[in-house]
Amino acid sequence: MKLRTTRSFRYHVTGILALSALTLAGCSGDQYDWNAKDISGLMPELDYQLTDTNGESVSAEETSGNIRMLSFGFTSCPDICPTTLQKLSRAVDELPEAIRKDVKIMFVSVDPNRDTPERVKSYVEFFSNSIIGLTGSEENLRALSKRYRTTFGYAEPDEKGNYDVSHSSAVYVFDREGKARLLVRPEQQSLDELKSDLSELARRAG
Amino acid sequence: MSVAEYLLPYDYSPLTIFVYILVLGLYSFGLFRMPATERPGGGRIVLFTLGVLLCYGVMQTQFDYYSQYMFFVHRGQHLILHHLGPILIALSNPLPVMQFLYRQIPKVVRPFLAPVGWLYRILQQPVVASFLFFGLIYFWLWPSIHFDAMLSRDLYWVMNWSMLIDGLLFWWLIFDPRSPFTADALGYGKRMICLAAVAVPQMILGAIIVFSRGMVYDVYEVCGRAWPMPPDTDQLIGGVLTWIPPAMMSIFGILIILRRTLREDTEHASHPMQKEVTQ
Repeated sequence: MKLRTTRSFRYHVTGILALSALTLAGCSGDQYDWNAKDISGLMPELDYQLTDTNGESVSAEETSGNIRMLSFGFTSCPDICPTTLQKLSRAVDELPEAIRKDVKIMFVSVDPNRDTPERVKSYVEFFSNSIIGLTGSEENLRALSKRYRTTFGYAEPDEKGNYDVSHSSAVYVFDREGKARLLVRPEQQSLDELKSDLSELARRAG
Repeated sequence: MSVAEYLLPYDYSPLTIFVYILVLGLYSFGLFRMPATERPGGGRIVLFTLGVLLCYGVMQTQFDYYSQYMFFVHRGQHLILHHLGPILIALSNPLPVMQFLYRQIPKVVRPFLAPVGWLYRILQQPVVASFLFFGLIYFWLWPSIHFDAMLSRDLYWVMNWSMLIDGLLFWWLIFDPRSPFTADALGYGKRMICLAAVAVPQMILGAIIVFSRGMVYDVYEVCGRAWPMPPDTDQLIGGVLTWIPPAMMSIFGILIILRRTLREDTEHASHPMQKEVTQ
């Protein structure tokens, strides 16, 4: 009787220890505290049909396998877009070499009337040679922004024809499989925080 | 954009459209089939339809687009889903139609509906109903929850539907056409207390939003606004919409209940139950 009790006790203790180990192992992957907002499960995976800076039609499949940072803007943007692109390109430049090539910055201009593919090209190249500049028909841009619960709008033009464009100030980060993972707010995150999040994402998905 | 395009859904939801068609279909079926003596008058039918169409309009037209990308329009949307639409529906008194429809359900099926009745009775307990009414506003306006709700399509639908269902439950409790003198309905005094009790937290929340110096609901900044508008102006108007109209609707509700109380007091002055009820 005593033997049976001891065996049963050992059996249960081993079971509990094994379960705890499994739980800890399972949790260890999620120990990292993201600096950006974790949007896993809140948004659909990356999908678009846009035009690149060569005027060619492109889709999300062409960059699959990479970590992609999607930002919306327009080339006449006075403040948000330049600071965002500058911060993102610096973060990518300062990443360890092994993962740097796997992280892509994508700038989508939501002002197709003024921003031709050529204009988007010269704009993004001012910040970095590795930024993917995109634009498209208003219909496709609306479809993409709607998919990520964002929008854009145009203010009335002034006498010179200049107008303001409202757009998302956030950067949507997708993992190698195209799943939406993080929502970065560049004005609230330091360069180190951004680099840390990108490294962690690259490490996990890699 | 043409007028027809404005009337088309921004975010097409087959389930939402199905529910609205079902509600209007069942209401029409009841109207045509029920005895003429029980049938509601034209004014009440118009009121009911207007309430339903208002709620549909803010959920399945381009209005929904502006609600997703402007905070103050979002507050307007919830003002209709949680207040105005349900108020019109409750005031139209669709009870005879619902009773007629209930009688059409085969007797063998009715016992299976009992759990719905139990849940309904719990939710219509005045303290629970009042807490749920303003609690839900606080819940969805809690900055981090609001942020997620505006980012996730699923959460967004849960938010809007929960506001509409709760609005219907609360305003039905308040404007229940059955008199507490003759039926098992909530007393008029308690109804007025509920209305006052839900008005105060809404006014506080509205005032907090109006007087907030910083950006509380920055999801609209993150997601981009429907048109360029200073964020603090958007938040200020949204705060005012959370503060003033709901308070006015509570006062309006109290006035209606007061009128009914005075009228029924006179009618039941010689009622044998009167003495018992007022004690």
